[in-house]
Amino acid sequence: MSTEKQLYTISVYTENNIGLLNRISAIFQRRHINIESLNISPSEIDNVSRFTIVVNMIEVDVKKIIGQIEKQVEVIKAYYHTLDQVIYQISGLFKVKSELLFEEPQIQNIIKNSHARIVTVNTDFFVLEKSGKKEEIAELHEQLSVYGIMQYTRSGLIAVTKDEMRISELLETYNN
Amino acid sequence: METQTIKNEQNTTTVTERISGSEAIVRCLIAEDTKIIYGYPGGAIMPVYDELFKYQDKIHHVLTRHEQGATHSAQGFARISGKVGVCIATSGPGATNLITGIADAQIDSTPMVCITGQVFSHLLGSDAFQETDIVGISTPVTKWNCQVTKASDIPAAIAKAFYIAKSGRPGPVLIDITKDAQLDEFDFSYEKCTRVRSYNPVPKTEISSVEEAAKLINAAKKPLVVWGQGVILSEAEEAFKAVIEKAGIPSAWTILGASAIPTSHPLNVGMVGMHGNYAPNVLTNDCDVLIAIGMRFDDRVTGKLDTYATQAKVIHFEIDPAEIDKNVKTDVAVLGDAKASLELLLPLLNENSHPEWRQKFADLYAIEYEKVIKDDIHPTKEGLTMGEVLHQINVQSKGNAAIVSDVGQHQMIACRYAEFNKTKSNITSGGLGTMGFGLPAAIGAKMAAPDREVVSISGDGGYQMTIQELGTIFQQKAAVKVVVLNNDFLGMVRQWQQLFFDKRYASTEMVNPNFVAIAEGYYIKARKVTKREDLADAVKEMMESKEAYFLEVCVEKEGNVFPMIPTGASVSDVRLE
Repeated sequence: MSTEKQLYTISVYTENNIGLLNRISAIFQRRHINIESLNISPSEIDNVSRFTIVVNMIEVDVKKIIGQIEKQVEVIKAYYHTLDQVIYQISGLFKVKSELLFEEPQIQNIIKNSHARIVTVNTDFFVLEKSGKKEEIAELHEQLSVYGIMQYTRSGLIAVTKDEMRISELLETYNN
Repeated sequence: METQTIKNEQNTTTVTERISGSEAIVRCLIAEDTKIIYGYPGGAIMPVYDELFKYQDKIHHVLTRHEQGATHSAQGFARISGKVGVCIATSGPGATNLITGIADAQIDSTPMVCITGQVFSHLLGSDAFQETDIVGISTPVTKWNCQVTKASDIPAAIAKAFYIAKSGRPGPVLIDITKDAQLDEFDFSYEKCTRVRSYNPVPKTEISSVEEAAKLINAAKKPLVVWGQGVILSEAEEAFKAVIEKAGIPSAWTILGASAIPTSHPLNVGMVGMHGNYAPNVLTNDCDVLIAIGMRFDDRVTGKLDTYATQAKVIHFEIDPAEIDKNVKTDVAVLGDAKASLELLLPLLNENSHPEWRQKFADLYAIEYEKVIKDDIHPTKEGLTMGEVLHQINVQSKGNAAIVSDVGQHQMIACRYAEFNKTKSNITSGGLGTMGFGLPAAIGAKMAAPDREVVSISGDGGYQMTIQELGTIFQQKAAVKVVVLNNDFLGMVRQWQQLFFDKRYASTEMVNPNFVAIAEGYYIKARKVTKREDLADAVKEMMESKEAYFLEVCVEKEGNVFPMIPTGASVSDVRLE
């Protein structure tokens, strides 16, 4: 078992009930663990939510956290993975002044080379969307910063595992 | 009252009646076989109280003098009966006053259902009068909680609450119900909850892990069992006794495991932990196989983890998977209900008796007796000791009383010296260490088991934290025997100050009131003992009383509890003086 601190994604399948976010985040708070990113969305199963939580921890502590999470009544199952065991994406949005599109020819090259997508353009600003690894979004941020960014935001990490998780089968056993 | 019959899809018939949410709450409690509830009324729960008034022939409501008292009484009720304790409070301060008892129940795995009133749903989040976010506040200290804002959601929420509170590893559950949900009418029907998707209360026991455990136990030369409350909660006492008797294993208990087997059982080698017995603490670091059953390796039990039983193979019988490897790394984890697991283990064990290994416990007990126990229970010096009071209670009760202790020196003395013949007889606040627990918990215990002798033992500090519950004792005619061991100090803190803070007794000395007058003010028979020659007679008088009785015993001011493992020390570094 790894004794080095590293980034882990914790995937938690839960009932879609009010208050669960509180319960799950309290587990991290009690142990003084900073959550690097958190995303909650519907999962592949109806009425089942999926939390994707990124933490920087040692594996033995991740396992203890998983135990505490699974202990919550409305949690179906929790898993943890290193980043190389998952396929993940982060999405960033950049709001930039429209005039730069015409006055700074380099901007168009940056958009093209970064494979970013223009979401909307109006007379005052345009919005770029870039999905990818954290470093790719950071790189785009660095390049655009030179020209000025009006607004910037980045999503939490979302991930699917390379391995199958067989949650539907697990739920079947709960039903029987 | 309008009644209608609905045929559902499975063609079964459910009789429904149109009733209010508050009546539904009471009807749900009755359906869950609740006969006693502890609580305190207020604005946001008044519709429920109105229904309780109508249903008082079915449910007895106990008006405690503070909501904290209601939770501790519900805990005492649950701990002695094995049933779910129920308490009820209004919104805001009523609800927040429950929190200490809920946290206590959570860490000590006590099944409890708390119902709180809440402001009207349209006022939620508006800082309305007596509004608090009790669901948010109670989240870290409940097994489960929820807020109900619609009358029709009440039955399912209460059914789920009872199921979750009592199943698997038990715990407290809170349901917060808005006033409009209490007042609105709906078509009521009730169905008990038997499963919750996503909740697996008892993990399946793998027979291979039981076989592995049996192999290790059969090969062990120096096995030691440490059992906890899990044995009592799963009603595994008989299976547990059969296992240790067949394999001849000396067995020690955590504070909440006390009374699962009789104190006098030859394989019962005493308590482990900070103020536990000498032999099981020292020999934890000598055993070759440590068998933990229904216990959670609390830091008060293990002392310094780096040196805790590192030489031993560790087997952990446990219902809660999150406890496995949480504090102590196990070699074999047997998940599941303790009773079921131990019944599977029994036929796989070889008969054994380990005479030489058991002699080691006897030898160390002899040392502890000479250095500590003899002077504690048969003192020759002038001041009364807490140990001799316990000894007198043992003499009078013949080991049949339930002992409910508060928190502090007297608690450790009570747990060390109280003799138990019956299970579920040691009721104390283990994990949270809640001063003020004892007196109200004793009320709940006595009401759950009126035929049993219930003796509450408190110190002068903890007693005053919930002293107002004498009013509940008086009003309910609960024949609790209340003993206060008065040393005019917050004794345990003072002991630490003496040992680790160069006797700087910062804010631990108490100037106490006339406790006898206070008890008598509540019309409770009372007596104060200051001399050894009066002690036996006073305890006898107390135990023979058919009514509640208060006994204050003035004990030596600076008596200490030994043995002791200082915080951060190894269990084998236990101090005898």
